[in-house]
Amino acid sequence: MSTPVPQTRPAPAAQQQADTAAPPAQTGTLSTVAAILRKELLIELRTLESVPGMSLFALTTFVVFHFALNRNNVDGDLAAGILWVTLLFAAMLGINRLFVADADQGGFDGFLLAPVDRSAMLLAKALALLAYLVVLEVVAVPAFALLLLGPPIGPALPGLVGVLALGDLGVAAIGTLVAAMAVRTRARDLLGPLLALPLLVPIVIGGVRASEPLLVLGHTGTPGARWLLLLGLYDLVFGLIAYALFDFLLED
Amino acid sequence: MSALDVEGLTRRYGERDALSGVSLTLKQGQTLVVFGPNGAGKSTLLRVLATLLRPHSGAVRVLGRSLPEEAWAVRGHIGLLGHEPLLYRELSARENLRFHARLHGVAAERIEQGLESVAMSNRADEPLRTLSRGMVQRVAIARAVLHDPELLLLDEPYANLDPAAVGLVRGLIGADSGRTRVICSHDPGGGLAEADVVLGLRAGRQALLGPAADIDSQKIAGLYA
Repeated sequence: MSTPVPQTRPAPAAQQQADTAAPPAQTGTLSTVAAILRKELLIELRTLESVPGMSLFALTTFVVFHFALNRNNVDGDLAAGILWVTLLFAAMLGINRLFVADADQGGFDGFLLAPVDRSAMLLAKALALLAYLVVLEVVAVPAFALLLLGPPIGPALPGLVGVLALGDLGVAAIGTLVAAMAVRTRARDLLGPLLALPLLVPIVIGGVRASEPLLVLGHTGTPGARWLLLLGLYDLVFGLIAYALFDFLLED
Repeated sequence: MSALDVEGLTRRYGERDALSGVSLTLKQGQTLVVFGPNGAGKSTLLRVLATLLRPHSGAVRVLGRSLPEEAWAVRGHIGLLGHEPLLYRELSARENLRFHARLHGVAAERIEQGLESVAMSNRADEPLRTLSRGMVQRVAIARAVLHDPELLLLDEPYANLDPAAVGLVRGLIGADSGRTRVICSHDPGGGLAEADVVLGLRAGRQALLGPAADIDSQKIAGLYA
């Protein structure tokens, strides 16, 4: 049986003599990232607020495209466009909810009171969003192949996974940054997409262009190197911007 | 050493002064009780002292460190118990305390000790949303003292607690805890009994300040008139 917390807190002599509070030992960044990420995933598993909604949105959109285009199969640029735009809008649902529990339940304050590196929250939230996007794509890509895609998905899959992974990194960085900006405003549900969508357009363009050769009939192409480079650079730039700005977004 | 040194503190929300020209000093180990009607600026004062809000003018020193410049140095020395429990509703009491323990680098044993000290061990694995407000308040108190802070900032800490629970948590956040405390209260009798220094706020302005021994319930009641 554990001992109860001491009811009287004896003040250490050194502390009484000190003129100022000693800076607290900062908790390690990786340990903080792990704690926040674990908390995020636990809350998502309990509430199922983000990932099921994102997945259902993507499935519904593919069904709508299936009937709206009145075609059993699409390929090439049209297929890549439908896939990326659907994934982008599905991702917005997760981005909008990314900080809601923290804003509504005092999680920001609890975090800000701790002696931790603020960027740990950025990293943990981006990793959580990345995990949501991966689950979304595990559901959405096979559904897309089943409902809309003409060519078989199998040969395109390794390349497509690579392109999606690059796109996901950018969406996670930009989405986390924008979600942190929007969540403290009254119009967060509107502001999030308004800020995020223009910033995410280059990712959609790069993703569509890089995926297009993979989704043509006969699957003869490989992802265009310059589009992969664009995606990689964009990820890097926005990763750095998010890292530089995130502290200021958390401050009063 | 002064735990708090505040001189001419002003904090605005837009055009409105939430706090204007507040000055006070509090020695280590003392208790400051802040009275005032709703909207008087009590919670804003706590949030400024907790480093969560920046002062717009004036000088604020907490535990010898100047705010906001040295806020990083006092975080981790402060325990805040506000209107919000700063706990996630979907997590259990144990999971919430584990999360805060990791943020503060506190040993895992303290989590069980904390739960025991607020008599929540037997409900520690239930999601917070299923617990009563009093139980959530007890977990919030365990969270506020989990990292053994030097300074406690308490906004109506006994709200929602039954008399038995009040007795239970007094050892953690009461005068016997040995910590410097700032308490916001609407209870003149109970508040005065805990206070070394009393601050009265009205519309963000300092309407009353002095040693508790010099102030009676009538003066405090005047703040609400």
